[in-house]
Amino acid sequence: MRLIPTDTVLAMTITEKILARASGRQDLSPGDVVFAKVDKVMMHDVSGPGVIKVFAEWEKKGLKFEKIWDPDRVWVTEDHFVPAADRVSAENVIALSNFTKQYGVKKHFKYGLGQYGICHTLSHEEAMVLPGEVYVGGDSHTNTTGAMGTFAAGLGHTDVAYVLMNGQIWFKVPETMLFKIEGDKPAHIMAKDIILKIIGEIGTDGANYRTMQFAGNVVKELSMEERLTLTNMTTEAGAKNGIIEPDETTYEYLRKRTDARYAPVKGDEGAQFAEIFTIETTKMEPTVAKPFSPGNISAARELQGTALDKAYIGSCTGAKLEDLRAAANIMRGKKVKIRTEVLPAAQSIYMKAMNEGLIQIFMESGAVVGPPTCGACCGAHMGVLGKGEVCISTTNRNFPGRMGHVESQTYLASPLVVAASALTGRITDPRDVR
Amino acid sequence: MNKTLKGKVHKYDRDNIDTDVIIPGPYLKIHDHKELAKHALEGLDPKFPEKVQEGDFIVTGSNFGCGSSREHAPIALSQTGIRAILAPTFARIFYRNAVDGGYLLPIEIDRETVKKIADRDELEIDIAQNKITNVTKNEQYPMKPFPELIAKIVEAGGLMKYKP
Repeated sequence: MRLIPTDTVLAMTITEKILARASGRQDLSPGDVVFAKVDKVMMHDVSGPGVIKVFAEWEKKGLKFEKIWDPDRVWVTEDHFVPAADRVSAENVIALSNFTKQYGVKKHFKYGLGQYGICHTLSHEEAMVLPGEVYVGGDSHTNTTGAMGTFAAGLGHTDVAYVLMNGQIWFKVPETMLFKIEGDKPAHIMAKDIILKIIGEIGTDGANYRTMQFAGNVVKELSMEERLTLTNMTTEAGAKNGIIEPDETTYEYLRKRTDARYAPVKGDEGAQFAEIFTIETTKMEPTVAKPFSPGNISAARELQGTALDKAYIGSCTGAKLEDLRAAANIMRGKKVKIRTEVLPAAQSIYMKAMNEGLIQIFMESGAVVGPPTCGACCGAHMGVLGKGEVCISTTNRNFPGRMGHVESQTYLASPLVVAASALTGRITDPRDVR
Repeated sequence: MNKTLKGKVHKYDRDNIDTDVIIPGPYLKIHDHKELAKHALEGLDPKFPEKVQEGDFIVTGSNFGCGSSREHAPIALSQTGIRAILAPTFARIFYRNAVDGGYLLPIEIDRETVKKIADRDELEIDIAQNKITNVTKNEQYPMKPFPELIAKIVEAGGLMKYKP
């Protein structure tokens, strides 16, 4: 309820409005520090055990935690080291299960027990997070869920533990950079090309501490899953969060998945942006990020001689249903020339891909199809690279050692480019596949 | 805040030292802090943990700690004995993990200052005065003061001990 005339309230962006609402403020400006109430919090089998350790340290000091702030607002996944890579990872999952049981957290997606998958994929696939909410997670790609009109930001495990105890956390209100993506989007261009192009332009610290908001006719026409690829990789530009204002595409996507009620937020007219960029997609080329930075980009055709050892279609960035459809379209009826691994991002997506015949296409091409896991994307297990190996991947990072040996190399690209490259064994533009 | 830190510099003169280099992915399953320290900065300098003495500093380029939200990164570095990292900018999650977990201080200095400090120089950092003294070279440099909330969390020794 506003007690003063509305015209004295600052015009705010969607991010500012969500943070204002969550911190009980009428308005706020970039740079303000607020304690915001959290709507949802997520942890997985890497950040979860860290959180449990924070709890244990405090209990050693005599503090007793009989309950957490709100078990119904907490959800948990097993994704990084499943299937259990070794004894230690198995024990981390056991510790996580004990924790959720002890504190009454019901939403725990377990490997091998119905729906499970990569946390950022479940956030939208299972509608764990809704428009207008403040959502934090113990993983840097928590930004992904901002595509649903959510303030979504990654935190470390001390911060997640603090949220579990207090239901709130501090934020410095970020400035917003607006990216207007306009023009026609050719069929060979995916959201992955667009976000790589943007990171190439602004750099891997180009959005440090800031919000990246996406708009424009191309974004308006993008599906929900493609929008999620844009926000997913805002992390690679250093952004605090990525966000897209919710619209009919968002609401329609959610109608199929939940009947939960939510209060969407849109930015005010006249809201201030720190910078506005316009990105033209009409003439955009399929884009690849070379080792060892997501900002080190080239057109795929400029790299077409580059020999590869492996193609990887996986992760929260590049193994959603539409990513698998795009790859399968290229691979249908053809054989792969290099080791190719396909790991759908969630059990439900695996099932949908199977029902659509995509899994058959992949297997007939010679690719292996594995269980959902973060696995090799973060160099953890399930197909890491050896010394000198070169991989093209639908994932999000290619720092030294990211997917295995510190002297291995990863090229990042769209599912179309990765599938095309799998067929030739060299970096290949999808337009050049016969 | 009334605190002076004293130690030797380990200089890594490059931008964008990321969390995969600070503590590679396979070690994310480890939550024993001392064990993590054995792998600190392994992707860049495998000998790093042996070089560090309690109280030392890292001086480096911009966007330090970019990439993952893994709190293992500031934990591993602090467990080797590192007390502060001096860089022009930090990636946001690394910064807040370092401060909120009370592991080490992320201190922002300008690029010119990074250039003036050499590997093995001995520094004294006066947090209250926002002043850095290079004991080896007998020079003084400014540091960017901590924002108000950060200063309070640092003073409390981490977010868990801070009372809003």
